[in-house]
Amino acid sequence: MAALVIAEHTNNALKDATAKTVTAATQIGGPVHVLVAGHNCAAAAEEARKLSGVETVLIADSPLYAKMLAEPMEALLLSLADSYDALLAPATTNGKNYMPRVAAKLDVPQISEILGVEGPSTFRRPIYAGNAIQTIEAPSGKKVITVRTTAFKAAETAGSAALHQVPAAADPGLSSFVSEELSKSDRPELTAAKIIISGGRGMQSGDNFQLLDRIADKLHAAVGASRAAVDAGFVPNDYQVGQTGKVVAPELYIAVGISGAIQHLAGMKDSKVIAAINKDEEAPIFQVADYGLVADLFKAVPEFEEALTKAGY
Amino acid sequence: MKVLVPVKRVIDYNVKVRVKADSSGVDLANVKMSMNPFDEISVEEAVRLKEKGKATEVVVVSIGPAQASETIRTALAMGADRGILVKVEGELEPLAVAKILKAICEAEKPGLAILGKQAIDDDSNQTGQMLAALLGWAQGTFAHNLELDDSSATIEREIDGGLQTVKVKLPAVMTTDLRLNEPRYASLPNIMKAKKKPIDEKTAADYGVDTTPRLKVLKVTEPPKRQAGVKVKTAAELVEKLKNEAGVI
Ligand SMILES: Cc1cc2nc3c(=O)[nH]c(=O)nc-3n(C[C@H](O)[C@H](O)[C@H](O)COP(=O)(O)OP(=O)(O)OC[C@H]3O[C@@H](n4cnc5c(N)ncnc54)[C@H](O)[C@@H]3O)c2cc1C
Ligand SMILES: Nc1ncnc2c1ncn2[C@@H]1O[C@H](COP(=O)(O)O)[C@@H](O)[C@H]1O
Repeated sequence: MAALVIAEHTNNALKDATAKTVTAATQIGGPVHVLVAGHNCAAAAEEARKLSGVETVLIADSPLYAKMLAEPMEALLLSLADSYDALLAPATTNGKNYMPRVAAKLDVPQISEILGVEGPSTFRRPIYAGNAIQTIEAPSGKKVITVRTTAFKAAETAGSAALHQVPAAADPGLSSFVSEELSKSDRPELTAAKIIISGGRGMQSGDNFQLLDRIADKLHAAVGASRAAVDAGFVPNDYQVGQTGKVVAPELYIAVGISGAIQHLAGMKDSKVIAAINKDEEAPIFQVADYGLVADLFKAVPEFEEALTKAGY
Repeated sequence: MKVLVPVKRVIDYNVKVRVKADSSGVDLANVKMSMNPFDEISVEEAVRLKEKGKATEVVVVSIGPAQASETIRTALAMGADRGILVKVEGELEPLAVAKILKAICEAEKPGLAILGKQAIDDDSNQTGQMLAALLGWAQGTFAHNLELDDSSATIEREIDGGLQTVKVKLPAVMTTDLRLNEPRYASLPNIMKAKKKPIDEKTAADYGVDTTPRLKVLKVTEPPKRQAGVKVKTAAELVEKLKNEAGVI
């Protein structure tokens, strides 16, 4: 039997997280279908059809799924679950919201944030902020899985999957969308960026994040933050990298004024190259940094910018 | 309205965990245990609801070993009214916890159950959502702000793109995120008072729930270690290394 990947998308476009989840599904074996649940989401479904390894794309287009609220998503997924052995969603705030409801209703455990597929029922996942890795075997029966997308490569886009409409499930009528306040930025998303520059408590204010913005503009990087910087109100909550924020694994992660608490490292220590600027040479961030600069950031960051300019960036 | 707050006893967030040499798990012998940090936020929110006259009673539940009663006491010292300890030894999966909590919700009939978004030991981020589904209730996960009225809750949620507000019918489940509030410290007089507050003792069997784990842990290993690299002297040297040595810019 097949695996169903629940797409992460913006109705107009598919997110990278979907292509990565498809890769995880392919590794489990068997045909892979993708569900695009949304409203006016035909464009996202068209993109999903191109993902290599996908046999069929299901589209559930209804105002009910415009914001992918957990209660209607549960009803929709339960209406489809009979045909699948495995259901996989990326471990985004959407996937984390609706998937456990589905698992509970199917009376199966959810396997959260898998990092690797060792066999059709064997998976690796992080526990204790990634300080230990569990290898677990799921019981027979359906598998409900969320995927840590940084651990999987995106599927190629050489496919041409069939497209099927699926009807909306009955509206549970429990919840409704009120409003949204999304961070607007022309920069790449944190989870998709090749380069990230993050600031911590050492930045001292939201205004000072402009120092990092300027570097980000030059390097086409995303800007992230530690929990302390978010708690202090320097930057919005969606900047937080870490155990309980976003998990990232860019080519280059630059940590500025961040001490390197285990909860922060949990979200960035799989970056290919880590650079750190911190005035405290004992800061734990230096234990994981490939390149460390012990300096006052208010001096070092402008100098870094200047050196980039000189180097032609 | 009654508010139910499940609290989990976990390894303290400051402890550096060690994987056992035989790969069977992590070493929990003699390490400091505390209330899951997100659960402190839940207790704080519930106690504030009571202080504002929106909640009539705050009931805390912990499922785990006998020592989980300490976690309940901490919540009682923060201002919760009474506790329920469901004694279970050994590994517990979120689904089993959710089933026990479902039975407790059916008996206690809270208007709101407030859970943490994630336990910092298993990092599952499941229990609240599972509980809501089993009860057929709405949920507001990763809560950043809560407005409560008689029949509904308006919950602002921390999502990947920013903030989202949803309105849910009561009774409902809410899970807390970091910025919902700043938990108080219990004062000494309140710690003394908490000693007199009642804690009911139960077992999983009282609720007819089988807690045998469904997932088989084959092994627990350490993640690949990162080596510390080199120190550079200047920002210019950093640019040079990132460009020519690492090739990442
Ligand atoms: C339940 C829970 C979940 C958490 N989840 C997360 C998470 O997801 N992500 C996360 O990041 N944290 C998380 N934390 C918090 C974590 O434990 C740390 O408190 C946090 O990461 C610290 O942020 P920081 O490094 O910015 O601040 P600090 O630890 O205060 O470090 C600031 C650093 O800046 C340096 N500095 C100061 N001034 C300058 C200067 N002028 N120039 C250069 N350097 C300077 C200092 O030397 C210091 O090293 C969590 C904690 C808990 C309890
Ligand atoms: N054994 C337990 N006892 C009480 N509450 C629990 C227990 N396990 C999980 N919870 C609750 O569920 C939340 C999320 O846990 P988890 O789904 O394991 O990440 C926690 O913050 C607690 O509120």
